[in-house]
Amino acid sequence: MTQETIIEHGRSQKNYWAEFWKSTELFWILAKRDITVRYKQTALGVVWSVVRPVLTSAILFFAFGKVAGLPFEEGVPPKLATFAGVLIWQFFANSLSQVSHSIVGNSNLVSKVYFPRLILPTSSVMVGFVDFLVGFVLIIPMYLYYFFKQGFLPSWQLLFIPIFLAMAYLAAFGFGLLLSVMNVRYRDFAQLTPFIIQFGFYACPVAYSPVNIENESWYPIYNLNPIVGIIDGFRWTLMGGHAPFRWESFIPSVIIILIVVFSSVAFFRKRENSFVDYI
Amino acid sequence: MNAIQIENISKRYYIDHQRKNGGPSGLKESLVNGVKSIFGSKSSENTVSEKEEFWALKDVSFDVAQGDRIGIVGHNGAGKSTMLKVLSRITEPTTGRVTVRGRIASLLEVGTGFHQELTGRENIFLNGAILGMKQAEIKQHFDEIVAFAGIEKFLDTPVKRYSSGMFVRLGFAIAAHLEPEILIIDEVLAVGDAEFQRKCLGKMKDVSDSGRTILFVSHNLTAVQSLCNRAVFMNRGQMVAVGETGQIITDYMSKINQTSLIREWLTPEQAPGNDQVRIRKIELIPQFEVGQTRIDVRTPIKLRFEFWNFVKNAKLNLSMHFNSMTGETIFNLASPQIEANPGLITGEVNLPGNFLNDGTYTITMMIVKDASTVLYHLQESVMFEIDDYRGGVEWYGKWPGSVRPYFPFSIEQSEEVNV
Repeated sequence: MTQETIIEHGRSQKNYWAEFWKSTELFWILAKRDITVRYKQTALGVVWSVVRPVLTSAILFFAFGKVAGLPFEEGVPPKLATFAGVLIWQFFANSLSQVSHSIVGNSNLVSKVYFPRLILPTSSVMVGFVDFLVGFVLIIPMYLYYFFKQGFLPSWQLLFIPIFLAMAYLAAFGFGLLLSVMNVRYRDFAQLTPFIIQFGFYACPVAYSPVNIENESWYPIYNLNPIVGIIDGFRWTLMGGHAPFRWESFIPSVIIILIVVFSSVAFFRKRENSFVDYI
Repeated sequence: MNAIQIENISKRYYIDHQRKNGGPSGLKESLVNGVKSIFGSKSSENTVSEKEEFWALKDVSFDVAQGDRIGIVGHNGAGKSTMLKVLSRITEPTTGRVTVRGRIASLLEVGTGFHQELTGRENIFLNGAILGMKQAEIKQHFDEIVAFAGIEKFLDTPVKRYSSGMFVRLGFAIAAHLEPEILIIDEVLAVGDAEFQRKCLGKMKDVSDSGRTILFVSHNLTAVQSLCNRAVFMNRGQMVAVGETGQIITDYMSKINQTSLIREWLTPEQAPGNDQVRIRKIELIPQFEVGQTRIDVRTPIKLRFEFWNFVKNAKLNLSMHFNSMTGETIFNLASPQIEANPGLITGEVNLPGNFLNDGTYTITMMIVKDASTVLYHLQESVMFEIDDYRGGVEWYGKWPGSVRPYFPFSIEQSEEVNV
């Protein structure tokens, strides 16, 4: 049977999601494009994905650990903990900025071809994910170093890594989607995004541990930041049981991320048909 | 069964006059207006009234039968492209409803989504996927695509190193191998050399012969005529007529043959243009012989233009494209460059008699900065018709060609033999 499409104002396609899932090839090819293009005409290429988190972690360890002297939990290797924070933060931050730029950055496609627009933000995250995987490999030599230094061993918590990765992905996707829609109409949001990322870097426990602030009266408010729960959780998976699992940040994080993802997808769906009129 | 059923489609845009001061609409304005309207300030009403409604499409309805090859013709701004955008689901209609039966692919641009840094090979897969082809389909047609585009040697070169011709050829080659049930094409033939255009038309004929439905928008009436069996004539967002191609094209030609020899705008606010330049006047003055009232092939023509310049120390020149009714540019006249300052710029150019062939012509005016940047261009600025005149020629068929020069010709019988 031939497929029948009805085009009408404000009609959300009944088979939108079916169409979305059918576009997996487009998803992969756009992701592949972003990844291939990323390091074209660079001499170091993919090495940049290693250099950036390593240098960032080194300077953070110097500033927060050595100069400010902020401690981590008992038994937690501080360099490893800093590196873990940087890795997951950079995954979130890169993804957020990619997603928020995904519609405007592909305006040539949006104004000339139809496909479920949601493909653009979802696939734009893949670049950050590849960066994350490359950086993650460095965890292995760090484990070896701490094993020989202090007999440190990772444990079953490692199995939960995918959960926190998925949370970071969804958080970046949800918030990025809102920004991407707003960005179509008001390019002010393109200016705002780098600022949010810079601001969030200090507002989240990237280079320090919440152990320093958990007795403050405003600690529950601090935990309303959904990224806090992601970083706490990711650190917990890598520290072989030395870092505590922080329910107080995990639960708000899950709730807020779910709310943001659902509402931003609804918002996106409502606006996507008019993108081309404003882009 | 109808492949496409279009029922009362309208599309409304708002022209935002607040943007007149230069910048695009910013968040700040919206916030300020939002706050004002919350507090019921009167100025918010003014803001609304400054938004002007514009109907790019108004109540358009027609049906496209399976296997039809429909051409859409009309002036610039008639709503042809908006129509195609609605049909290809890029923008949604304000009211009305379209029912499409079958897989649809639209080609509103050649090489959509090509990435400059990627190689030809990578772009074939990327562009194919964007146009809705499966990777397996692309693999299957890969060699044909490469051969059709003639880029075998440059397959692994980034497309940023391609010539513009190669770029266009590759773009069309991919699109030509799409196999949708309905194909929507906008003006793609406007690019590429004559040889390639012929190749494209041939390919499109093949596609339509295989029973697929085609919607085709073009200024090139010759192309529409040779490709389409039915046509739709649009004007100012409305559908004027639909029917057999020859009939519609005759209709269209007769409707648009209302010549306009002068266009004038009294104030910069009304004039077409932008922050940098605005056109004040363009006038075509035929240099008639005594007693003559209509322009014919012998009549010299003076073209006078005036425009406002708002840019300091700009090196400007004016360029005029003379277009035939079928949309081809016959020639281009460019003025010398001048050092312009804000104010009015005027000039004129003279076309000799015995130059253009009989027919209807339009002029596209372009104001160019630094010999390269087009600051503004006005299509169909004036339109004029040249009548036929034959003195001493005893033949009355259509005189072929775009120009009809009158060069001294000598012919004689140099020798005579008795038979």
